Amino acid sequence: MYTQAMDLAPKDERKAVRTAGEAELERRFEARIDEGDYVEAKDWMPEHYRRTLVRQISQHAHSEVVGMLPEGNWVTRAPTLKRKCILLAKIQDEGGHGLYLYAAAETLGVSRDGLIDALHAGKAKYSSIFNYPTLNWADIGVIGWLVDGAAIMNQIPLTRCSYAPYARAMIRICREESFHQRQGFDALNVMMREGTEAQRAMVQDAVNRWWWPCLMMFGPPDKDSTHSEQSMRWGIKRIGNDELRQKFVDATAQQARVLGVTLPDPLLKWNEERGHHDFGPIDWAEFWRVVGGNGPCNRERLDARVKAWEDGAWVREAALAHARKQALKGAAA
Amino acid sequence: MSENDKPRAEWPLWEVFVRARAGLDHKHCGSLHAPDAKMAIQLAREVYTRRQEGCSIWVVPSAQITASDPGDKDMLFDPMEDKVYRHPTFYELPEAVNHM
Repeated sequence: MYTQAMDLAPKDERKAVRTAGEAELERRFEARIDEGDYVEAKDWMPEHYRRTLVRQISQHAHSEVVGMLPEGNWVTRAPTLKRKCILLAKIQDEGGHGLYLYAAAETLGVSRDGLIDALHAGKAKYSSIFNYPTLNWADIGVIGWLVDGAAIMNQIPLTRCSYAPYARAMIRICREESFHQRQGFDALNVMMREGTEAQRAMVQDAVNRWWWPCLMMFGPPDKDSTHSEQSMRWGIKRIGNDELRQKFVDATAQQARVLGVTLPDPLLKWNEERGHHDFGPIDWAEFWRVVGGNGPCNRERLDARVKAWEDGAWVREAALAHARKQALKGAAA
Repeated sequence: MSENDKPRAEWPLWEVFVRARAGLDHKHCGSLHAPDAKMAIQLAREVYTRRQEGCSIWVVPSAQITASDPGDKDMLFDPMEDKVYRHPTFYELPEAVNHM
Protein backbone atom coordinates (compact mmCIF):
# COMPACT_ATOMS: atom_id res chain seq x y z
CA MET A 1 0.00 0.00 0.00
CA TYR A 2 1.02 3.59 -0.13
CA THR A 3 0.92 6.95 1.47
CA GLN A 4 -0.58 9.65 -0.69
CA ALA A 5 0.71 13.14 -0.57
CA MET A 6 3.99 12.06 0.88
CA ASP A 7 5.33 15.38 -0.22
CA LEU A 8 3.00 17.25 2.12
CA ALA A 9 5.25 18.93 4.61
CA PRO A 10 6.01 22.22 6.28
CA LYS A 11 7.21 24.78 3.80
CA ASP A 12 9.98 26.13 6.02
CA GLU A 13 12.33 23.23 5.40
CA ARG A 14 14.28 24.66 2.52
CA LYS A 15 16.85 26.75 4.35
CA ALA A 16 19.20 28.27 1.87
CA VAL A 17 22.16 28.92 4.16
CA ARG A 18 25.02 27.16 2.36
CA THR A 19 28.73 27.56 2.20
CA ALA A 20 30.47 27.75 -1.16
CA GLY A 21 31.76 24.21 -0.58
CA GLU A 22 28.26 22.89 -0.01
CA ALA A 23 27.00 24.67 -3.11
CA GLU A 24 29.70 22.91 -5.14
CA LEU A 25 28.81 19.53 -3.58
CA GLU A 26 25.16 20.15 -4.35
CA ARG A 27 25.99 21.06 -7.93
CA ARG A 28 27.88 17.78 -8.34
CA PHE A 29 25.05 15.90 -6.64
CA GLU A 30 22.47 17.32 -9.04
CA ALA A 31 24.71 16.50 -12.01
CA ARG A 32 24.80 12.88 -10.83
CA ILE A 33 21.00 12.83 -10.55
CA ASP A 34 20.75 14.25 -14.06
CA GLU A 35 22.90 11.43 -15.35
CA GLY A 36 20.49 8.94 -13.81
CA ASP A 37 23.00 7.84 -11.18
CA TYR A 38 21.73 6.31 -7.94
CA VAL A 39 22.51 7.71 -4.50
CA GLU A 40 23.62 5.30 -1.79
CA ALA A 41 23.34 5.72 1.97
CA LYS A 42 26.89 6.92 2.65
CA ASP A 43 27.10 9.28 -0.33
CA TRP A 44 27.04 13.02 0.23
CA MET A 45 23.53 14.43 -0.21
CA PRO A 46 21.89 17.80 0.42
CA GLU A 47 20.29 17.98 3.86
CA HIS A 48 16.94 18.81 2.31
CA TYR A 49 17.10 15.72 0.07
CA ARG A 50 17.83 13.60 3.14
CA ARG A 51 14.99 15.09 5.14
CA THR A 52 12.53 14.77 2.26
CA LEU A 53 13.38 11.09 1.99
CA VAL A 54 13.19 10.43 5.73
CA ARG A 55 9.75 11.98 5.75
CA GLN A 56 8.53 10.21 2.65
CA ILE A 57 9.94 6.75 3.41
CA SER A 58 8.89 6.78 7.06
CA GLN A 59 5.38 7.90 6.21
CA HIS A 60 5.25 5.22 3.59
CA ALA A 61 6.34 2.67 6.23
CA HIS A 62 3.72 3.94 8.69
CA SER A 63 1.08 3.53 5.98
CA GLU A 64 1.97 -0.10 5.43
CA VAL A 65 1.69 -0.85 9.13
CA VAL A 66 -1.47 1.18 9.78
CA GLY A 67 -2.88 -0.41 6.62
CA MET A 68 -2.91 -3.74 8.42
CA LEU A 69 -5.67 -2.48 10.73
CA PRO A 70 -8.67 -2.12 8.38
CA GLU A 71 -7.94 -5.59 6.98
CA GLY A 72 -7.27 -7.14 10.38
CA ASN A 73 -10.86 -6.21 11.15
CA TRP A 74 -12.00 -9.05 8.85
CA VAL A 75 -9.57 -11.88 9.66
CA THR A 76 -11.95 -13.67 12.00
CA ARG A 77 -14.92 -13.09 9.72
CA ALA A 78 -13.51 -14.01 6.31
CA PRO A 79 -16.15 -16.19 4.62
CA THR A 80 -13.98 -19.26 3.98
CA LEU A 81 -10.71 -20.78 5.18
CA LYS A 82 -9.18 -19.98 1.77
CA ARG A 83 -10.08 -16.30 2.05
CA LYS A 84 -8.81 -16.22 5.61
CA CYS A 85 -5.42 -17.66 4.55
CA ILE A 86 -5.19 -15.16 1.69
CA LEU A 87 -6.08 -12.26 3.97
CA LEU A 88 -3.54 -13.30 6.60
CA ALA A 89 -0.83 -13.62 3.94
CA LYS A 90 -1.67 -10.18 2.60
CA ILE A 91 -1.64 -8.58 6.06
CA GLN A 92 1.72 -10.22 6.77
CA ASP A 93 3.02 -8.76 3.51
CA GLU A 94 1.93 -5.28 4.61
CA GLY A 95 3.85 -5.72 7.84
CA GLY A 96 6.86 -6.89 5.83
CA HIS A 97 6.58 -3.89 3.52
CA GLY A 98 6.61 -1.62 6.56
CA LEU A 99 9.81 -3.31 7.75
CA TYR A 100 11.61 -3.00 4.39
CA LEU A 101 10.74 0.68 4.38
CA TYR A 102 11.73 1.40 7.99
CA ALA A 103 15.07 -0.24 7.21
CA ALA A 104 15.46 1.97 4.12
CA ALA A 105 14.68 5.07 6.21
CA GLU A 106 17.22 4.04 8.85
CA THR A 107 20.01 4.10 6.26
CA LEU A 108 19.53 7.88 6.34
CA GLY A 109 20.67 8.01 9.95
CA VAL A 110 17.42 8.02 11.89
CA SER A 111 16.33 5.47 14.50
CA ARG A 112 13.30 3.31 13.97
CA ASP A 113 11.97 4.06 17.45
CA GLY A 114 12.27 7.75 16.68
CA LEU A 115 10.17 7.32 13.54
CA ILE A 116 7.56 5.31 15.41
CA ASP A 117 7.46 7.92 18.20
CA ALA A 118 6.71 10.56 15.56
CA LEU A 119 3.80 8.50 14.27
CA HIS A 120 2.41 7.90 17.74
CA ALA A 121 2.74 11.57 18.66
CA GLY A 122 0.72 12.47 15.56
CA LYS A 123 3.70 14.30 14.04
CA ALA A 124 4.15 11.89 11.12
CA LYS A 125 1.36 11.13 8.69
CA TYR A 126 0.26 7.89 7.14
CA SER A 127 -1.98 7.42 4.12
CA SER A 128 -5.41 8.88 4.75
CA ILE A 129 -7.07 6.00 2.94
CA PHE A 130 -6.72 3.91 6.10
CA ASN A 131 -8.86 6.33 8.04
CA TYR A 132 -11.93 4.91 6.34
CA PRO A 133 -13.75 1.93 7.90
CA THR A 134 -14.14 -1.59 6.45
CA LEU A 135 -17.86 -2.10 6.90
CA ASN A 136 -18.53 -5.31 4.97
CA TRP A 137 -16.62 -8.21 3.46
CA ALA A 138 -16.64 -6.63 0.02
CA ASP A 139 -14.55 -3.78 1.47
CA ILE A 140 -11.67 -6.24 1.76
CA GLY A 141 -11.95 -7.09 -1.93
CA VAL A 142 -12.21 -3.41 -2.85
CA ILE A 143 -9.13 -2.55 -0.78
CA GLY A 144 -7.19 -5.12 -2.82
CA TRP A 145 -8.58 -4.09 -6.17
CA LEU A 146 -8.75 -0.29 -5.83
CA VAL A 147 -6.56 0.73 -2.88
CA ASP A 148 -3.73 -1.62 -3.77
CA GLY A 149 -4.32 -0.92 -7.45
CA ALA A 150 -3.82 2.81 -6.81
CA ALA A 151 -0.83 1.97 -4.62
CA ILE A 152 0.82 -0.04 -7.39
CA MET A 153 0.28 2.81 -9.85
CA ASN A 154 1.99 5.13 -7.36
CA GLN A 155 4.74 2.75 -6.36
CA ILE A 156 6.05 1.50 -9.69
CA PRO A 157 7.76 4.85 -10.47
CA LEU A 158 9.38 4.69 -7.00
CA THR A 159 11.34 1.60 -8.05
CA ARG A 160 13.40 4.11 -10.06
CA CYS A 161 13.77 6.59 -7.18
CA SER A 162 17.23 8.19 -7.10
CA TYR A 163 17.76 6.99 -3.52
CA ALA A 164 18.82 3.38 -4.07
CA PRO A 165 17.89 1.79 -0.70
CA TYR A 166 14.33 3.10 -1.19
CA ALA A 167 14.25 1.95 -4.82
CA ARG A 168 15.40 -1.55 -3.80
CA ALA A 169 12.72 -1.79 -1.12
CA MET A 170 10.13 -0.69 -3.67
CA ILE A 171 11.17 -3.35 -6.18
CA ARG A 172 10.52 -6.01 -3.56
CA ILE A 173 7.23 -4.41 -2.55
CA CYS A 174 5.92 -4.06 -6.09
CA ARG A 175 6.68 -7.68 -6.80
CA GLU A 176 4.51 -8.71 -3.84
CA GLU A 177 1.80 -6.12 -4.34
CA SER A 178 0.48 -7.63 -7.53
CA PHE A 179 -0.96 -10.57 -5.61
CA HIS A 180 -2.82 -8.11 -3.37
CA GLN A 181 -4.64 -6.49 -6.24
CA ARG A 182 -5.46 -9.74 -8.00
CA GLN A 183 -6.83 -11.48 -4.92
CA GLY A 184 -9.07 -8.45 -4.31
CA PHE A 185 -10.52 -8.50 -7.78
CA ASP A 186 -10.93 -12.25 -7.53
CA ALA A 187 -12.86 -12.01 -4.24
CA LEU A 188 -15.20 -9.42 -5.76
CA ASN A 189 -15.56 -11.36 -8.98
CA VAL A 190 -16.75 -14.42 -7.04
CA MET A 191 -19.33 -12.30 -5.24
CA MET A 192 -20.55 -10.80 -8.51
CA ARG A 193 -20.66 -14.10 -10.43
CA GLU A 194 -21.76 -16.57 -7.77
CA GLY A 195 -23.22 -14.33 -5.07
CA THR A 196 -26.76 -13.40 -4.14
CA GLU A 197 -28.38 -10.10 -5.04
CA ALA A 198 -27.54 -8.83 -1.55
CA GLN A 199 -23.88 -9.79 -1.99
CA ARG A 200 -23.67 -8.01 -5.33
CA ALA A 201 -25.18 -4.96 -3.67
CA MET A 202 -22.45 -5.18 -1.02
CA VAL A 203 -19.79 -5.01 -3.72
CA GLN A 204 -21.41 -1.96 -5.31
CA ASP A 205 -21.77 -0.29 -1.90
CA ALA A 206 -18.09 -0.86 -1.13
CA VAL A 207 -17.04 0.51 -4.54
CA ASN A 208 -19.21 3.58 -3.96
CA ARG A 209 -17.57 4.32 -0.65
CA TRP A 210 -13.91 3.69 -1.68
CA TRP A 211 -13.79 5.18 -5.18
CA TRP A 212 -13.27 8.86 -4.33
CA PRO A 213 -10.87 8.29 -1.42
CA CYS A 214 -8.81 6.11 -3.82
CA LEU A 215 -8.56 8.94 -6.33
CA MET A 216 -7.32 11.15 -3.48
CA MET A 217 -4.48 8.69 -2.83
CA PHE A 218 -2.56 10.27 -5.70
CA GLY A 219 -2.35 13.51 -3.76
CA PRO A 220 -3.48 17.02 -4.64
CA PRO A 221 -3.35 18.26 -8.24
CA ASP A 222 0.23 18.99 -9.30
CA LYS A 223 -0.45 22.70 -9.36
CA ASP A 224 -1.24 22.60 -5.60
CA SER A 225 1.39 20.08 -4.57
CA THR A 226 3.98 21.88 -2.46
CA HIS A 227 7.00 19.63 -2.85
CA SER A 228 6.37 17.95 -6.18
CA GLU A 229 8.70 20.14 -8.18
CA GLN A 230 11.75 19.65 -5.96
CA SER A 231 11.07 15.91 -5.66
CA MET A 232 10.91 15.63 -9.44
CA ARG A 233 14.16 17.57 -9.73
CA TRP A 234 15.89 15.11 -7.41
CA GLY A 235 14.47 11.98 -8.95
CA ILE A 236 12.57 11.09 -5.78
CA LYS A 237 9.36 11.37 -7.70
CA ARG A 238 9.21 10.45 -11.37
CA ILE A 239 5.61 10.99 -12.51
CA GLY A 240 3.16 13.70 -11.45
CA ASN A 241 0.03 13.14 -9.34
CA ASP A 242 -2.40 14.06 -12.14
CA GLU A 243 -0.85 11.74 -14.70
CA LEU A 244 -0.89 8.78 -12.29
CA ARG A 245 -4.48 9.50 -11.28
CA GLN A 246 -5.55 9.55 -14.92
CA LYS A 247 -3.75 6.29 -15.57
CA PHE A 248 -5.56 4.72 -12.62
CA VAL A 249 -8.98 5.95 -13.76
CA ASP A 250 -8.40 4.61 -17.28
CA ALA A 251 -7.31 1.18 -16.06
CA THR A 252 -10.03 0.90 -13.45
CA ALA A 253 -12.94 1.97 -15.67
CA GLN A 254 -12.30 -1.00 -17.88
CA GLN A 255 -11.91 -3.41 -14.94
CA ALA A 256 -15.19 -2.15 -13.44
CA ARG A 257 -17.02 -3.09 -16.64
CA VAL A 258 -15.59 -6.60 -16.47
CA LEU A 259 -16.62 -6.88 -12.84
CA GLY A 260 -20.09 -5.48 -13.53
CA VAL A 261 -20.05 -2.59 -11.09
CA THR A 262 -20.63 1.13 -11.64
CA LEU A 263 -18.05 3.68 -10.56
CA PRO A 264 -19.92 6.40 -8.61
CA ASP A 265 -19.15 9.30 -10.93
CA PRO A 266 -21.84 10.47 -13.38
CA LEU A 267 -19.19 12.50 -15.25
CA LEU A 268 -16.93 9.49 -15.88
CA LYS A 269 -16.80 9.13 -19.65
CA TRP A 270 -14.35 8.08 -22.35
CA ASN A 271 -12.98 11.09 -24.19
CA GLU A 272 -11.99 10.03 -27.67
CA GLU A 273 -10.07 13.21 -28.34
CA ARG A 274 -7.88 12.99 -25.23
CA GLY A 275 -7.63 9.22 -25.40
CA HIS A 276 -8.50 9.15 -21.69
CA HIS A 277 -11.54 9.01 -19.43
CA ASP A 278 -12.89 12.33 -18.17
CA PHE A 279 -13.97 12.26 -14.55
CA GLY A 280 -15.77 14.51 -12.07
CA PRO A 281 -14.25 16.94 -9.56
CA ILE A 282 -12.65 15.52 -6.41
CA ASP A 283 -13.79 16.85 -3.04
CA TRP A 284 -10.43 18.14 -1.80
CA ALA A 285 -12.09 19.61 1.29
CA GLU A 286 -12.78 16.03 2.40
CA PHE A 287 -9.18 15.05 1.65
CA TRP A 288 -7.77 17.86 3.79
CA ARG A 289 -10.25 17.11 6.54
CA VAL A 290 -9.06 13.49 6.73
CA VAL A 291 -5.37 14.43 6.41
CA GLY A 292 -5.97 16.92 9.21
CA GLY A 293 -7.10 14.15 11.55
CA ASN A 294 -10.87 14.29 11.19
CA GLY A 295 -11.64 11.27 9.05
CA PRO A 296 -13.98 8.52 10.24
CA CYS A 297 -11.26 6.39 11.91
CA ASN A 298 -8.19 8.59 12.52
CA ARG A 299 -8.35 8.35 16.29
CA GLU A 300 -9.17 4.64 16.32
CA ARG A 301 -6.23 3.80 14.04
CA LEU A 302 -3.69 5.74 16.04
CA ASP A 303 -5.01 4.41 19.35
CA ALA A 304 -4.70 0.85 18.02
CA ARG A 305 -1.07 1.46 16.95
CA VAL A 306 -0.11 3.04 20.27
CA LYS A 307 -1.78 0.24 22.21
CA ALA A 308 0.00 -2.46 20.19
CA TRP A 309 3.33 -0.70 20.75
CA GLU A 310 2.79 -0.27 24.49
CA ASP A 311 1.39 -3.77 25.01
CA GLY A 312 4.40 -5.21 23.20
CA ALA A 313 6.98 -3.24 25.22
CA TRP A 314 7.53 -6.01 27.77
CA VAL A 315 8.20 -8.53 24.99
CA ARG A 316 10.83 -6.29 23.39
CA GLU A 317 12.46 -5.67 26.78
CA ALA A 318 12.36 -9.33 27.83
CA ALA A 319 13.92 -10.49 24.54
CA LEU A 320 16.71 -7.99 24.95
CA ALA A 321 17.27 -8.93 28.62
CA HIS A 322 17.44 -12.59 27.60
CA ALA A 323 19.93 -11.83 24.84
CA ARG A 324 22.17 -9.89 27.25
CA LYS A 325 22.04 -12.67 29.82
CA GLN A 326 23.00 -15.26 27.22
CA ALA A 327 25.83 -13.03 26.00
CA LEU A 328 27.17 -12.67 29.58
CA LYS A 329 26.94 -16.42 30.11
CA GLY A 330 28.82 -16.96 26.87
CA ALA A 331 31.50 -14.48 27.94
CA ALA A 332 31.88 -16.16 31.37
CA ALA A 333 32.15 -19.68 29.94
CA MET B 1 29.38 -0.33 32.80
CA SER B 2 29.88 -2.74 29.91
CA GLU B 3 28.11 -2.41 26.58
CA ASN B 4 25.66 -5.11 27.62
CA ASP B 5 24.50 -3.38 30.80
CA LYS B 6 23.61 -0.12 29.14
CA PRO B 7 19.93 0.58 28.87
CA ARG B 8 19.15 0.09 25.20
CA ALA B 9 15.57 0.20 24.14
CA GLU B 10 16.01 -0.62 20.47
CA TRP B 11 16.96 -4.09 19.27
CA PRO B 12 20.28 -4.09 17.42
CA LEU B 13 20.38 -3.98 13.62
CA TRP B 14 21.38 -7.02 11.56
CA GLU B 15 22.19 -7.39 7.88
CA VAL B 16 20.49 -10.31 6.16
CA PHE B 17 22.00 -12.43 3.37
CA VAL B 18 19.93 -15.06 1.58
CA ARG B 19 20.99 -17.92 -0.67
CA ALA B 20 18.23 -18.18 -3.26
CA ARG B 21 19.05 -21.69 -4.45
CA ALA B 22 21.66 -24.33 -3.78
CA GLY B 23 24.75 -23.46 -5.78
CA LEU B 24 24.32 -19.66 -5.62
CA ASP B 25 26.04 -17.10 -3.37
CA HIS B 26 24.36 -15.62 -0.35
CA LYS B 27 23.20 -12.20 -1.42
CA HIS B 28 22.51 -9.16 0.76
CA CYS B 29 18.77 -8.58 0.81
CA GLY B 30 18.12 -6.11 3.61
CA SER B 31 18.30 -5.52 7.32
CA LEU B 32 16.19 -5.96 10.43
CA HIS B 33 16.21 -5.46 14.18
CA ALA B 34 16.52 -8.47 16.49
CA PRO B 35 17.67 -9.02 20.07
CA ASP B 36 20.06 -11.86 19.19
CA ALA B 37 21.30 -14.00 16.30
CA LYS B 38 18.72 -16.73 16.77
CA MET B 39 15.82 -14.29 16.63
CA ALA B 40 17.47 -12.50 13.70
CA ILE B 41 17.38 -15.74 11.70
CA GLN B 42 13.77 -16.36 12.70
CA LEU B 43 12.69 -12.84 11.76
CA ALA B 44 14.70 -12.90 8.52
CA ARG B 45 12.73 -15.97 7.54
CA GLU B 46 9.45 -14.10 8.14
CA VAL B 47 10.53 -10.85 6.53
CA TYR B 48 12.63 -11.98 3.55
CA THR B 49 11.55 -15.50 2.54
CA ARG B 50 7.76 -15.53 2.60
CA ARG B 51 7.68 -16.84 -0.98
CA GLN B 52 10.47 -19.38 -0.95
CA GLU B 53 13.06 -16.77 -1.88
CA GLY B 54 15.76 -18.70 -0.08
CA CYS B 55 17.16 -21.96 1.21
CA SER B 56 19.77 -20.53 3.58
CA ILE B 57 20.13 -17.34 5.62
CA TRP B 58 23.13 -15.52 7.10
CA VAL B 59 22.72 -12.69 9.60
CA VAL B 60 25.53 -10.34 10.62
CA PRO B 61 25.36 -7.54 13.21
CA SER B 62 25.39 -4.37 11.09
CA ALA B 63 27.93 -2.82 13.46
CA GLN B 64 30.38 -5.58 12.50
CA ILE B 65 30.48 -4.61 8.84
CA THR B 66 33.38 -2.47 7.67
CA ALA B 67 32.67 -0.72 4.39
CA SER B 68 34.86 1.21 2.01
CA ASP B 69 34.44 4.97 2.14
CA PRO B 70 32.44 6.34 -0.83
CA GLY B 71 34.94 9.22 -0.82
CA ASP B 72 37.69 6.73 -1.68
CA LYS B 73 35.80 5.35 -4.64
CA ASP B 74 37.99 6.99 -7.28
CA MET B 75 41.20 6.11 -5.52
CA LEU B 76 40.17 2.50 -5.02
CA PHE B 77 38.51 1.63 -8.27
CA ASP B 78 39.63 4.02 -11.02
CA PRO B 79 43.10 2.44 -11.36
CA MET B 80 41.46 -0.65 -12.89
CA GLU B 81 39.92 1.40 -15.66
CA ASP B 82 42.98 1.32 -17.95
CA LYS B 83 43.92 -2.31 -17.34
CA VAL B 84 42.03 -3.66 -20.28
CA TYR B 85 44.64 -6.41 -20.71
CA ARG B 86 43.03 -8.14 -17.74
CA HIS B 87 40.08 -9.05 -19.96
CA PRO B 88 40.08 -11.90 -22.46
CA THR B 89 38.56 -9.68 -25.16
CA PHE B 90 41.77 -7.57 -25.17
CA TYR B 91 43.55 -10.26 -27.18
CA GLU B 92 42.89 -10.71 -30.88
CA LEU B 93 43.81 -14.21 -31.85
CA PRO B 94 43.81 -15.92 -35.24
CA GLU B 95 40.31 -16.94 -36.27
CA ALA B 96 41.12 -20.64 -36.06
CA VAL B 97 41.90 -20.46 -32.31
CA ASN B 98 39.72 -17.49 -31.33
CA HIS B 99 37.29 -19.59 -29.31
CA MET B 100 40.12 -20.14 -26.80
